[in-house]
Amino acid sequence: MSALAHVAGDPDVTPAAPAPEATKRSWTAYLLLLPGALWLGVFFVLPLVQLAAVSLQSRYPGFPGYYYRDVNFENYAAALTDYAPHFARSFLYAGMATFLAFVVAYPLAYAMAFKAGKWRNLMMICVVAPFFTSFILRTFAWSQILADEGWVAGTLNFLHLLPGGNIINTPLAVIAGLTYNFLPFMVLPIYASLERADPRVIEAGGDLYANGFTTFRTVTLPMSMPGVLAGTLLTFIPAAGDFVNMELLGPQRGKMVGNVINDQFLAVPGGYPVAAALSFTLMAAILVMVFLYVRRFGTEELV
Amino acid sequence: MTPIPRRSRRPLSPEAAAVVAASSGGLSRRALLGTGAAASAGLALSACAPPKPPTGGPAAVKLPTDVSDSEKILKWANWTAYLDMNGKETKSPTLDAFMQQTGIQVTYSEDVDDNDSYYAKVGPQLRAGQSIDRDIFTLTDWMAARVIRDQLCQPLELIQMPNVVSNLLQPLKDVSFDPGRQHSITWQSGFAGIGYNKAKVGRELKSLDDLWTDDLKGRIVVLSEFRDTAGLVMQSQGVDIDSDWGRAEFESALDFIEQKIEEGYIRKVKGNSYMEDLTSGNAVAGITWSGDIFVLAYDTEDPNWTFTIPESGGTLWSDNMMVPITSTHRSNAQKLMDYYYDPAVAAQVAAWVNYVCPVDGAQAEMEKIDPDLAESPFIFPSADYIAENNIQAFRVLDADEDIEFADLWSTKVMGN
Repeated sequence: MSALAHVAGDPDVTPAAPAPEATKRSWTAYLLLLPGALWLGVFFVLPLVQLAAVSLQSRYPGFPGYYYRDVNFENYAAALTDYAPHFARSFLYAGMATFLAFVVAYPLAYAMAFKAGKWRNLMMICVVAPFFTSFILRTFAWSQILADEGWVAGTLNFLHLLPGGNIINTPLAVIAGLTYNFLPFMVLPIYASLERADPRVIEAGGDLYANGFTTFRTVTLPMSMPGVLAGTLLTFIPAAGDFVNMELLGPQRGKMVGNVINDQFLAVPGGYPVAAALSFTLMAAILVMVFLYVRRFGTEELV
Repeated sequence: MTPIPRRSRRPLSPEAAAVVAASSGGLSRRALLGTGAAASAGLALSACAPPKPPTGGPAAVKLPTDVSDSEKILKWANWTAYLDMNGKETKSPTLDAFMQQTGIQVTYSEDVDDNDSYYAKVGPQLRAGQSIDRDIFTLTDWMAARVIRDQLCQPLELIQMPNVVSNLLQPLKDVSFDPGRQHSITWQSGFAGIGYNKAKVGRELKSLDDLWTDDLKGRIVVLSEFRDTAGLVMQSQGVDIDSDWGRAEFESALDFIEQKIEEGYIRKVKGNSYMEDLTSGNAVAGITWSGDIFVLAYDTEDPNWTFTIPESGGTLWSDNMMVPITSTHRSNAQKLMDYYYDPAVAAQVAAWVNYVCPVDGAQAEMEKIDPDLAESPFIFPSADYIAENNIQAFRVLDADEDIEFADLWSTKVMGN
C-alpha cells in the first residue's frame, strides 16, 4: 500500500523541460502507451464493436441459432420492455450490496489504518486472502454452508429465528453473497485513502475542541471520500452485472439482468441479439448512473 | 472552530481520478475523433457477417484428417453419473479396461449439465471450424437432431462397429432424426419421472399432484429440460406428448409450472446439477431422471431414494454419442462406441448407471452380475411396461417451434 503514497507525487518538483528534448520525450511516451492501447483495442474495442453488431442482427428464418446482418432495433425494444424489472432488481440488489459493503468496510478500513498497529499486515492478508480461491468456488461454498440441512440454517431453524425456513434461494442470500464477494474492493480503496490521511490534521480537529464525532464528520470522512467513491464504483459496477450469486444462491423467481443475458446466450436458440442488446443497455445504464454519481460526489476533486 | 477548508483535501487516488476524468466530459474533440476512427476501423474489421446456415447435402461437409493411428487419445464429454465408477474414486472399470485393451488414452469429462447450455458453448466454435477439444459428445435426441441438421458432427462408419450393428436394439436402429444411424449412436436411454426420498417425504408419491402439498412446499426441484418437465405436466393434463399437439397445450403446461414456482412449491429449475440440491437436502423430491436417483441412493448410502413413473405417465428419451465435426480422432471414437456395445460391458455400465440399456444381449449378461437388476424395468423395460405406464417420447418439434418453445420456456420459467 505504501506504493500508492508514492504515486501521489510531490507537487513541489517542477519538471525541467528543455525545448529540444521535448519532442523526443513525447515519442517515448507514445511508444510506452502502445502495448496498453493495443490491448484495449484488441480486447475491449473490437469485442465491443462485435457486440454492437450482434445486438442489431436478426434471426435467420428456419435455422435456429443462425443470424443475418441487419439493423434491427427491435432487439433493444425487447430488452427494455420485457426485462425492465430485471434491470431494476439488478440495480436495487447491487445498490444494497454496495451500501452494506460500505457499512462493513469503513470501520474495517479505519481500524486497519489507525488502530491495527502490528496486526495491520495480518488484517490486510485476511481481507485479500479470499482472492486466492476462485470467485465461483467461494460462492458455491456459501451455497453449501447455507443449505437447508447445513448448520447455519439448522441452528436458526432450531431457534425459530428463520421465518421462511431457508436462507439459501432467497433475495437476502443473493445480497449477502454480493456483499461478501465485493467487500475487498470496498475495503482496499478506503484503506488506501485513510492510510494516506495526515494524522496531524485529525489531531488538529481535537485541538480545536471538536468532539470525536465532529472530527470524524468534518475531517476524517471528507479525507477518505476519494476512497469511498472508488470503492462504491468498484463494488456497484460488477455487482449490477453479476449473475453467479443469483444462480447459486438465489430463488427461481426474480432473476437479475445478468441471468437473463446468460439465459439468452446459452438457452435460447437465436437469443444472441437480445442478449447483446441487453448487455449494451446494461453498460449504458451503468455508465449514466456512474456519470451522475461522480458528477454529484466527485467533481470538486478535479480543479 | 474553523472547519478545514474543503480545498485542502488530498487529491483523488489515481484510480478514482481516472474514472472522474473519463466520465466528466474531459474528452477533447481530437480524442473523440480518434476514438471514432478506431471504432469505425474496428467495425469494418469485426462486424463481418455471421456464419451462414448449412446448405444441406452430404457433399458440403469437409472432414478433418483422422490422426487416430498416430495419436492414441480420445476426449469424451458426457453427463453427470453416466458411467460406471469405482466406488468413491473417479475411475471407471470399463473405461480402464478399454484403455488397456486398445492403448487409447481416454479423458472422460462430465461437461454436459444441460443440452442447451452445452451446445450454446460449443456450437459457435464448431460453426467457425474450431476444435472444441472433444472427440465424442453425448446429447439428447432433439439436440442431436439439431447438431445433425447443422452438419456439426461427422458421419460414422458403421462397418467399423460390428457390435453396434448387431446389438443396437431394433427400435433404435432407425430414428427420425438420424435415419440408419449415420451420425449418432445411442449411449443410454432413460425416463423422466418423480424422484424423492421416501423417509424425508414420509409417504409415497404416486402422481404429479402429490408434489404440490404444503409439507413439500419449496423442497421440489424440476429439470431445466423442458421436454421432460413440461412433458410430464402436459401428460398430467391429459395430453399425449408423442402425438400431435400445439402451442396451446404447451403454454398451459408452462402456466401451470410458472404458477407452482410463483406459489413457492418449485424451488429451482436446474440441469443435471439438481442432484446437488437433493444431496444437500435443499430439496427432497422433484422431476428427475431415472438412473440419477439410483446413483444417488448408492452414493449417499440411503436406500430411501425412490424413482417412480407418475400415474399420468413419464417421458422416454435417449442420449446419443456423436463425433464433433472438428475432431481428428474419429476412428478412436468409433472403437469406443463399438466397445460399449459389447453386451458384457454394457451390462456392467447399466448395473451402475441404472438407465435403459440400448444393447441387445445385455440382459442375459446382467443375470450374471445381478439377477435383480436384470428384471428391473428401469434398465430393461418390456414393451408392455412402457405401454402400461404411458411412457412416451416428446414429439419432434419443427425448427420454428424449436425456437418458439425454447423462448417461452426461457421467459416464463427459467429467467423471470
